[in-house]
Amino acid sequence: MSQPAAAVSQAAPNAAWKRLLDSRFAPPVFITLILLVGNLSFGILESYQKTLLAIVTSIAGELILGRIFLRKWLHPASAYITGISVGILLRSPAYWTFALCAALSITSKYALRFRGRHIWNPSNLGICAMLFLASDSVAGLSIQWGNNLASLIVIWVLGSLILWRARRIHITAVYVASFIALSFLRAWITGDPWQSEISPITGPMYQLFMFFMITDPKTTVRSRTGQCVVAVGIAVVEFFMRLDSSVYAPLYALFWVGPAALVVEMWMDSRRSRATAPAITPSPQPARP
Amino acid sequence: MKRISVARIVLYVVFAGMLATPFFMRRLSSQRGRPTTGKVDCQAAIARYGFCFTEVSQRAGIHFVHEAPVLDPKLNGIMPEVASMGASVSIVDFDRDGWPDIYVTNSRIGSMNHLYRNNHDGTFTDVAEQMGVADVNQPGTGVSMGAVWGDYDNDGYEDLFLIKWGRPELFHNDHGHGFTRVTDEAGLPPWINANTAVWFDYDGDGLLDLFVGGYYPENVDLWHLKNTRMMPESFEYAKNGGRKYLFHNLGNGHFEEVSAKVGISSRRWALACAAADLQGTGYPDLFVANDYGVSELYLNDHGHFHEAGQETGVGFAPKSGMNAAFGDIFNQGKFSVYVSNISEEGVLIQGNNLWVPQESKGLHYANLARDLGVELGGWSFGAQFGDLNNDGTLDLFLENGYISLSRTRSYWYDFSKVAGGNSSIISDAAHWPAFDGRSLSGYQQKKVWINDGAGKFEDVAQAVGVTDTYDGRAVALADLWNTGVLDAVVANQGGPLLIYKNTVASGNDWIEFDLEGTKSNRSAIGTQVTLFWNGQQQVQSVSGGSGFASQNDRRLHFGLGKNPQIEKAVIRWPSGTVQTLDHLTPNQLVHVKEPS
Repeated sequence: MSQPAAAVSQAAPNAAWKRLLDSRFAPPVFITLILLVGNLSFGILESYQKTLLAIVTSIAGELILGRIFLRKWLHPASAYITGISVGILLRSPAYWTFALCAALSITSKYALRFRGRHIWNPSNLGICAMLFLASDSVAGLSIQWGNNLASLIVIWVLGSLILWRARRIHITAVYVASFIALSFLRAWITGDPWQSEISPITGPMYQLFMFFMITDPKTTVRSRTGQCVVAVGIAVVEFFMRLDSSVYAPLYALFWVGPAALVVEMWMDSRRSRATAPAITPSPQPARP
Repeated sequence: MKRISVARIVLYVVFAGMLATPFFMRRLSSQRGRPTTGKVDCQAAIARYGFCFTEVSQRAGIHFVHEAPVLDPKLNGIMPEVASMGASVSIVDFDRDGWPDIYVTNSRIGSMNHLYRNNHDGTFTDVAEQMGVADVNQPGTGVSMGAVWGDYDNDGYEDLFLIKWGRPELFHNDHGHGFTRVTDEAGLPPWINANTAVWFDYDGDGLLDLFVGGYYPENVDLWHLKNTRMMPESFEYAKNGGRKYLFHNLGNGHFEEVSAKVGISSRRWALACAAADLQGTGYPDLFVANDYGVSELYLNDHGHFHEAGQETGVGFAPKSGMNAAFGDIFNQGKFSVYVSNISEEGVLIQGNNLWVPQESKGLHYANLARDLGVELGGWSFGAQFGDLNNDGTLDLFLENGYISLSRTRSYWYDFSKVAGGNSSIISDAAHWPAFDGRSLSGYQQKKVWINDGAGKFEDVAQAVGVTDTYDGRAVALADLWNTGVLDAVVANQGGPLLIYKNTVASGNDWIEFDLEGTKSNRSAIGTQVTLFWNGQQQVQSVSGGSGFASQNDRRLHFGLGKNPQIEKAVIRWPSGTVQTLDHLTPNQLVHVKEPS
């Protein structure tokens, strides 16, 4: 995950709660709350130290790499979210895995770039890399968040509120609708109970995936229609991966579909700009790490 | 610009290095704890590790193969999972001839349990039917899940409590000539779906009491289900399991259920328990390892308990507890606790817990399983501490492997998608995809971790002859042939009973204690022996059940290493009597009667 949607809005509302929701601190505060509530209620973390290690590694990496490559000290909010996401989503008895995953995530923003833009969601890349390369040492968050409705509702309400304010709730809504529709199709194909196909979306990993990863503004396409198409695309790729019994299908689906969509968008942008080159001044790209 | 380019090159190199790091870590870790494979060379194993196991069940005349339960047809789709327990083993000298005998449970309706009497010549004879403890899985009464032995009436002979999914049974030992069913007179409840129990004298009155930990709720008849909503409500936070029972021995053949009265109240899914005096108060504390949740530690305040799992550190992170065993692994006179859990590469890595007492105010534990190298054991079940090579430090024998069916198709994907879901989905067996012959953490290699005495354990299972890959459940340790070494008896789910006969390098000495209480319970359960030799000490306790569905021999076995100088043995009886034995010589079984 990276700095999510709420940072998009730059308005300065008067009400304190609106300021909170609109500020770049809202997502870090929200995800920290999830972590604290989850840990105090369910003991989701085996230790605070591992999560802290991921956060510190992530922020340190961002500060150092930002200073070297952008020649400025970057705001740590985005790196904080990456670190805390690694701390929540990664499960491992070893410390080194948390440090490595956070470092990989942050470094990928600077090392893996296409036309000057990083195209992978940092924590998605880091976690996928760890699940693939270090499967003997790590697993993903799956069962550690209880199975009750209350925690689910809290996350859905707060997450929806933030995404609605950031005008990105449609991404999550389209993904959820696609997942549910494809679950029934999968149940029909496999003969398994439909409840078992729906089950994953009621689990903790999906809450973070739906509200933070696939809505990350820096690694999603710009147009509203395009965002919806990508959300469907992720669900479809996940559908096929699930038919192949991939435990971490959503993470892997985003790993492939997200960057592909951005590349397509950039290619289409360049075609459009070539076609209209003499007449239109290119719009400035925001300085991204 | 040039500076940036150089920096970029460095960045790419660093990034590639990070991607390669897991590969190097794997190589490092496999070099450090590489299990030796290939043909077992016993002489080499003895030379290198000091011992070697030989599987001798057939030679010993034991041909037992466990039969798994077959439950209500509504559970057919996931029968391998819900019927995955029942293989157990307990060691008892039921006829007091000085040789350990073996009791094993069976779990299909109509199947027979077996009591193997030791013939003193390397063989055993099944006398269960003759003794009246074979035909205990009759229709309508449920099936056996385990057994624990204790002399509840202090007549000198160990009595049998049969743990069942169904009607629990208490059998009185008629002086080694047979057993009489006394369940009704004892006042036991008509039905408990339990997997664990332990004999211990919780109030120090000289009579053995009995704790029984429920797994499925007691109102569930697994052969006649009203509905399929009998699964745990959560994979790690379930509190909809069976109730707990503490049966207080009234001394007249009757027991009174006092769990609520003494502070034990839980509906977690208990799978293992063990009792020992962890606080040094003279009263035994009770450790309960729960599936689908945190462990519970009931500290005994002179006959009243308070649950101190969180306070002591053992009850914070929920896992899938399946074992509880005590061992003084650092020879410091303090018990550590080993709890087994689930680890499956790339899917779920809970890691087993080794709770080591910390030098701090009060009783507090830290999980040092990873540091000591006993964390990853697959889908782990029963484990026991014992000095397998008589070098003076406690080693660890771990059983594992959940469901071994197809060698190529796994159920893990389906398991993971349901296990993390909402409680309304996970708690209903009808929502679980069918197994269709797939395995779930099957065909796993066992772990025999030897303790180097300096804070590291090394897995030598393959090298020392523990090469089976059955679905291991229970392991019990005993000196089966009175040779001064610990042998291992392993009960496998749906598999054969294995007898691993131990051969230890000559030169490593030992001493064993056979204790008999007088003021304390006659089984001496709860008695602690602290042995002092060569400037070190080790404490062991007589157990009324430990590990998973198992009970070690009541006799305590201490390895001593080479040329030991035994200073003394301090025996702390449950009555409070402290007895010191001097002038002990190694390589003998010492019979000790509590001073009256």
